[in-house]
Amino acid sequence: MLIRNKTDIPTSEITSETTYINRRSVIAGLAATGLVGTARTAPSNLAAGTGRKELPGVTPGPFSTDEPPNSYEDITTYNNYYEFGTGKDDPHRNSGDFQPEPWTVRVEGEAEVTGEFDVEGLLSGIGLEERVYRMRCVEAWSMIIPWVGVPLGEVLKRFRPTSRAKYVAFQTVLRPDEMPGQRRRVLRWPYVEGLTIEEATNPLTLLTVGVYGVTLPNQNGAPLRLIAPWKYGFKGIKSIVSIRLQERRPPTSWNIAAPREYGFYANVNPEVDHPRWSQATERRIGSGFSGLFARRIPTQMFNGYGEQVAHLYSGLDLRRNY
Amino acid sequence: MNVRVYKPLLFAACLLPVIWLALRIAGVVEPGLGANPAEEIQDELGVWALRLLLVTLCVTPAARLLKKPRLYRFRRMLGLFAFFYCTLHPLAYFLLDLQLDFAHLGEDLLTRTFITVGMGAVLLLIPLAVTSTRGWQRRLGRRWNRLHRLIYPAAILACWHFYWQVKADTIEPLVYCAILALLLGLRFWWSPLKGRLLPGG
Repeated sequence: MLIRNKTDIPTSEITSETTYINRRSVIAGLAATGLVGTARTAPSNLAAGTGRKELPGVTPGPFSTDEPPNSYEDITTYNNYYEFGTGKDDPHRNSGDFQPEPWTVRVEGEAEVTGEFDVEGLLSGIGLEERVYRMRCVEAWSMIIPWVGVPLGEVLKRFRPTSRAKYVAFQTVLRPDEMPGQRRRVLRWPYVEGLTIEEATNPLTLLTVGVYGVTLPNQNGAPLRLIAPWKYGFKGIKSIVSIRLQERRPPTSWNIAAPREYGFYANVNPEVDHPRWSQATERRIGSGFSGLFARRIPTQMFNGYGEQVAHLYSGLDLRRNY
Repeated sequence: MNVRVYKPLLFAACLLPVIWLALRIAGVVEPGLGANPAEEIQDELGVWALRLLLVTLCVTPAARLLKKPRLYRFRRMLGLFAFFYCTLHPLAYFLLDLQLDFAHLGEDLLTRTFITVGMGAVLLLIPLAVTSTRGWQRRLGRRWNRLHRLIYPAAILACWHFYWQVKADTIEPLVYCAILALLLGLRFWWSPLKGRLLPGG
């Protein structure tokens, strides 16, 4: 069955830009009085002339940390996105040719509804939320990032997964022409990732379309990526083109590359070290002198999201299931 | 070739990486240090340490192949600069990354094996730096040459250290490993060891 939802929203319901801006200023005013919280916005010049668009109607979501977020520049110039190169600054330098629009995602496998959908169709009717999450990289650095997205569980629900849908497998787009890193076989392309269905439908799990109130820049996984903040960053697969519900556990890229170092779960865990380095502490990075002398901080179990996710792993030996 | 002219030039050239880094830290030149300045500083110093080790190891084969024995006159300075960067690199790690936390250093040396290996390389180089003077050279005589062969295992450990801390993209460390293999291979080829190990070779 193929559904193509170009726009589910009647034109009459789309908020005009002026109304949106006015509403924002009203909300901002209320926020100043402490009556409502507001979603964080990017510096006003971000959306201008970059192809990035301001995302309308973003509301503050649950689970946000009140730790100060990293700057937009830090978040968009220090990335692990090997499809654009393995250096931290490669993704922002080499992703200029990437075309995140138009974009469709294949939903397939153990679900009553399957097909190919554009991003708008996939997300339509689900309110965009801002979630300020900790991002803990397996390399022992971390950032605070104000993502914008929708709960993945809300999206999956629409496809009515069958009882055999035990796992969700994701795949990144394969475009060596636009992604120079894919011309070298550093990892097996395309990048693949997976979650158990319980992890995928956990309220923390965010299908992400933006950061700082604007659409994701290419180097951050435009136009659609996964964020599972209690897991190491590499689980957050970027530029997703396929979501497959399935009974078997799907293969995952880093696990294929180095099975002893990267497991399927990849939960942040200060007690289980990477074979080559400790995971007990992390460097909360940031540019400038403050970042230069930033203290290492203790890494928290499940990156501090244990309350939401610890129950998913009760009875599981986390030392073996790393 | 005028050693008196080239030596100061080489000295200045060897200082360029650290001057450039200082300018980047000060924010005077682009590119800046980015979102993880401590890591960037360590990486820059580390890669220059390795490069200068390899350049130092190039002197002997170059002098021999080009039949320019005067090149040996640059070897001590290059070796000392290699040691300079080999010292700054872990110093940056200890100051910026660990912030003088000795307990953490001990833990890292035990658990992060690539750091153990790197530290081994630095330790091997210390006696070489200490005995680099003419006085020590005279005092040690033939043993000086033998002692200074410690640069071989030190360079091997340094390459290993680099290779081990890379996550997946091993191309860059492998290039350094290949250069080192070539430089050590040449020495083996020229050494009397070859005759003993490869009879008829």
